[in-house]
Amino acid sequence: MSEVAEKVKAPAEPLFSKKNRKLVTDPLSDNNPITIQVLGICSALAITVQVEQAVVMSAAVFFVLALGNVVISMLRNLIPGRIRIIVQLVVVASLVIMVNQVLMAYLPDVSAKLSVFVGLIITNCIIMGRFEAFAMGNKPWPSFMDAVGNASGYAIILIMVAVVRELLGSGSFFGIPILGSPIPVEGYPNGTGLFDMGYMNNNLMVLPPMALIVVGIIIWIQRSRNKNLIESH
Amino acid sequence: MKINKDNTGYIFLFTFLLIGVVAVILSILATSLAPQITKNNETKKQMDLLASIGVESTRANAKDMYQKYIGSNPSYVINSKGEVVEGKAFDIDIRTQHRDKSITEDAKKYPLFIATVDGQTLYIVPMVGKGLWGPIWGYVSLKDDKRTIYGVSYDHLGETPGLGAEIKQKFFTDRYLAETVADEELNFMPIKIVKDGSGAQPQKVDGITGGTITSKGVEEMVNRTMEIYLNYLKTI
Repeated sequence: MSEVAEKVKAPAEPLFSKKNRKLVTDPLSDNNPITIQVLGICSALAITVQVEQAVVMSAAVFFVLALGNVVISMLRNLIPGRIRIIVQLVVVASLVIMVNQVLMAYLPDVSAKLSVFVGLIITNCIIMGRFEAFAMGNKPWPSFMDAVGNASGYAIILIMVAVVRELLGSGSFFGIPILGSPIPVEGYPNGTGLFDMGYMNNNLMVLPPMALIVVGIIIWIQRSRNKNLIESH
Repeated sequence: MKINKDNTGYIFLFTFLLIGVVAVILSILATSLAPQITKNNETKKQMDLLASIGVESTRANAKDMYQKYIGSNPSYVINSKGEVVEGKAFDIDIRTQHRDKSITEDAKKYPLFIATVDGQTLYIVPMVGKGLWGPIWGYVSLKDDKRTIYGVSYDHLGETPGLGAEIKQKFFTDRYLAETVADEELNFMPIKIVKDGSGAQPQKVDGITGGTITSKGVEEMVNRTMEIYLNYLKTI
């Protein structure tokens, strides 16, 4: 009986079909989770002071979203509709705890860097948003592709904002003081590099409101240049 | 078979199964990783202790370096009055003790480590305090005159990157070097964190711009702890 049923099924879609590729490329620009859907803004504000943290956070979100989307997608036909949000929360919370435990055991220094952001991953709206909007209604593979796309779209914006903020706020990139250092050393009372010539860090850049403004500028540029996004009024 | 997913019985069954599976997975993971995590934390503590006496170490060599500089010396546990009490200094978790409001001041235990670097005896004082978002802690080592700061290492749980989190950076910890916590008779003298750039003066340290509350937390932590330890250091 089951053999007959399988024969009737449509031929399997290729793994990297146009539709599946679109799942990955769409969230990178036209449907970016941060700039278009405006999800996950909270973590984008909190951890974009330094590039390194933005990268670590992006990697953690990537992992949790990819695994979570697949798990939710596999359970999608079993999850009772009335408690689906709770089930999604349980899945994301357990995954985050697992990730944290494994990091604590095998990569303790990365875990120390993540510290408080672990909690931020659980509350990241992108994760819940993708579970609810995509994984609940699609098969595991497209769900995985969707997670890859959204996590990458999130990472791109996060890293872009972090580069601007770290460069203008601390004069460095990835912790390397490329504009010089404001800390006085022997012979340079005002600091080294540009700081010796009177340059100063913009302290506002280090504070959360500037992240919002930087994200706003990115949205503005993106919307004014991308024809698909220009709304007619 | 078609499952009725809106059936209350099914919802309960699903919930219990889900919770059961998650609980089993998480507890297996936690139990199996616990020894590794404890070992990492011990190594980290050894590295922090070494950092406070100016010895750089990695996770790989921390154990040997610790044995060389600190582990071969006696360590003590004292109480808030400065009397030596029973206990193993390395095993005392001052962060848990600080957080636990049910422990009275008299019952608190304060570990003191002694290190030897280039023939000089150093006293390492562990400390814990409060930053803006969570706990901050650190180790401050005193020279053999028991009042001049030899080295410092601070750390924090979740201070703002680029602001309060800078307390662990060398540029900030270096500002504490050669400051004194007491006069020549070992009477406690506070070290103040200042905002006006006068940190070069004795008993004053420049704070971190934009990290005032964390800096103040460091100030409070160092002064409160040093006052207690001086009770003991006076007696030896």
